Amino acid sequence: MKALTKQRLFWPVVALLVLLLGDLIASPSFFKIELRDVHLYGNVIDILKNGAPLILIAIGMTLVIATRGIDLSVGAVVAISGALACLWISDNPDGVGTTLIAFGLALGLSLLLGVWNGWLVAALGIQPIIATLILMVAGRGIAQLISDGQIITVNSHSFEWIGSGYLFTLPGAILIALAVFVLASVLVRRSALGLLVEAVGGNPEASRLAGLRSARLTWLVYVFCALCAGIAGLMISANVHSADANHAGLFIELDAILAVVVGGTQLTGGRFSLGGSVIGALLIQTLTTTVNALGIPPESIMLFKAIVVLVVCLLLSPAFRRKFRRRRSPQAGPSAATPAPEKVEVTA
Amino acid sequence: MTTLARVKGYRPQQRHLPILATMALLIGAYIFGASSYEAFGSGQVILDLFINNAFLLVVAVGMTFVILTGGIDLSVGSVVALSTVISGDLLQKHGWPAYAAIAVVLVVGALLGAGMGALIHFFEIQPFIATLIGMFFARGLCYTITTEAYSIDNATIATLAQTQIPLGDELHISISVVVALVVVAAAAYVLAFTRFGRTVYSIGGNAQSAMLMGLKTGRTKIAVYTISGVCSALGGLLLVLYKSSGDPLNGVGLELTAIAAVVIGGTILTGGSGYVLGTVLGIMVLGIIQTLITFDGTLNSWWTSIITGALLFVFIVLQRLVTRRTR
Repeated sequence: MKALTKQRLFWPVVALLVLLLGDLIASPSFFKIELRDVHLYGNVIDILKNGAPLILIAIGMTLVIATRGIDLSVGAVVAISGALACLWISDNPDGVGTTLIAFGLALGLSLLLGVWNGWLVAALGIQPIIATLILMVAGRGIAQLISDGQIITVNSHSFEWIGSGYLFTLPGAILIALAVFVLASVLVRRSALGLLVEAVGGNPEASRLAGLRSARLTWLVYVFCALCAGIAGLMISANVHSADANHAGLFIELDAILAVVVGGTQLTGGRFSLGGSVIGALLIQTLTTTVNALGIPPESIMLFKAIVVLVVCLLLSPAFRRKFRRRRSPQAGPSAATPAPEKVEVTA
Repeated sequence: MTTLARVKGYRPQQRHLPILATMALLIGAYIFGASSYEAFGSGQVILDLFINNAFLLVVAVGMTFVILTGGIDLSVGSVVALSTVISGDLLQKHGWPAYAAIAVVLVVGALLGAGMGALIHFFEIQPFIATLIGMFFARGLCYTITTEAYSIDNATIATLAQTQIPLGDELHISISVVVALVVVAAAAYVLAFTRFGRTVYSIGGNAQSAMLMGLKTGRTKIAVYTISGVCSALGGLLLVLYKSSGDPLNGVGLELTAIAAVVIGGTILTGGSGYVLGTVLGIMVLGIIQTLITFDGTLNSWWTSIITGALLFVFIVLQRLVTRRTR
């Protein structure tokens, strides 16, 4: 039991399970899954499907945060990517070829935006929060410029697949998110990449002196994060069959950062957990789905969210658990209060 | 500017460089504006910068305290909104006297700030997350109180809002500006000349060492978030004077504007280094960017945000280059 609670993912998973249990008690039909035309439907499937963009962005954000950075521009990248893809599809004859070119263009532009962020942070040495704030402010304008201030509606079957399509009875979006997660996990944990990222986040100057190319690594994580946001942007706009430059991905950066932190990665950089971020993203999506499924009035949603996130964060806080334990068993003494140093995990 | 300084045999202190760079850029932007648009050169344009941004200035001063300790406060925009909504609710719906409502608003701001500070200190929740929760909480309270904007027509508020203080010929400022400048002066004094101020800097420099030196780090941390909460509440009240409305949609994204102003003013986000004066300059920079765009007048909304981003970029890069070259 002790070994289990020491696991880094233990408390995030507990929080997720507690929330799901709450759903089950409040609404017994919450977990009903239906198979309709070989497609699965139900609240749980919804959480996975609608959570896919957030999971993707949280994965990208995790690596950025691991290098002691932060990327506020992901919401703007979501809007730009969606706008460009929808513009291309609406201007060209419908077909798989058009959709693939649109994907290519949108992701290519996302890469460029990532290069821009990386340049500001790694080459110019601007503080990440301010460097990415520039694109956050300007990016919405760029997205509106692309869409000419309109909401572009598209009607392309192949484009909609990435948002609401199905493969092997599962939503395509979650499979893409899963693929990116597996790819990223293998890349960072089966090579030295993850270790190097943690080194840069732990102490940028020391890792540079140790011979790491910290600047190039920092650059890389911003590009990866923007790419994840680009894919998420395609999903979000495909899901609603349109690109809304003003509202697509609004505040998703905050949700993503929250997901990363709930998943056990510290904003001060260093050690990170991709799996934790995925669980964090699922937790936040579950919260949104819960709010909708339980019919909580729209004006109380934010208050509800704040309180649940607060409870989750307290649950995740070692200091809170320590105080709670001490109060419950005063004879436990100081040895119980000081946690043993956690072993450094290398596996994903 | 820096070469000129060197010729005279004066070398500015390293820690003053970011502020001097920002000031030089600000003067440059003003000269550019004055040469491009005739009306830009009048003194009232500068005073209007203060009048339009008084509430933001107060919020950013609170943010400066927090950032100096190495923290961050994302809740300020929502607390500003909550303050305007509470004012609207108490004044319009319940008919409270203005000063009682003001007191309630300030107390609520202080309580929210202290609550977030307590989360950060006692439960070691990261400031970004604790104040993000505060942001959701305060915004949620706004919507719970009202989903529609209050239009505020209280007599005392109207008097406070419309009083103009003349400064020489044809120049004037509002009461908000006076309040904002008093807050700036008080903050500058506290940070520079009191024990509390030095503790704030030392926590930002190295929280561990500060604690080992026997400084009251916990108390100070909670205090800076309380200060930020009060400043946000006061900022909300100034916004009420400015807009005469209590709208739950007020101040969306304000936290980022405030953080940007503090950072452009030369305060480092990791804490321990920076000045309130820098924050004032940072607000002026953001204000002058807005004013330049308004004077141009031909830009539609998306070009406005692109140009704002571009100018922000130019300012930050120039500041970065100036401070780097002299190192």
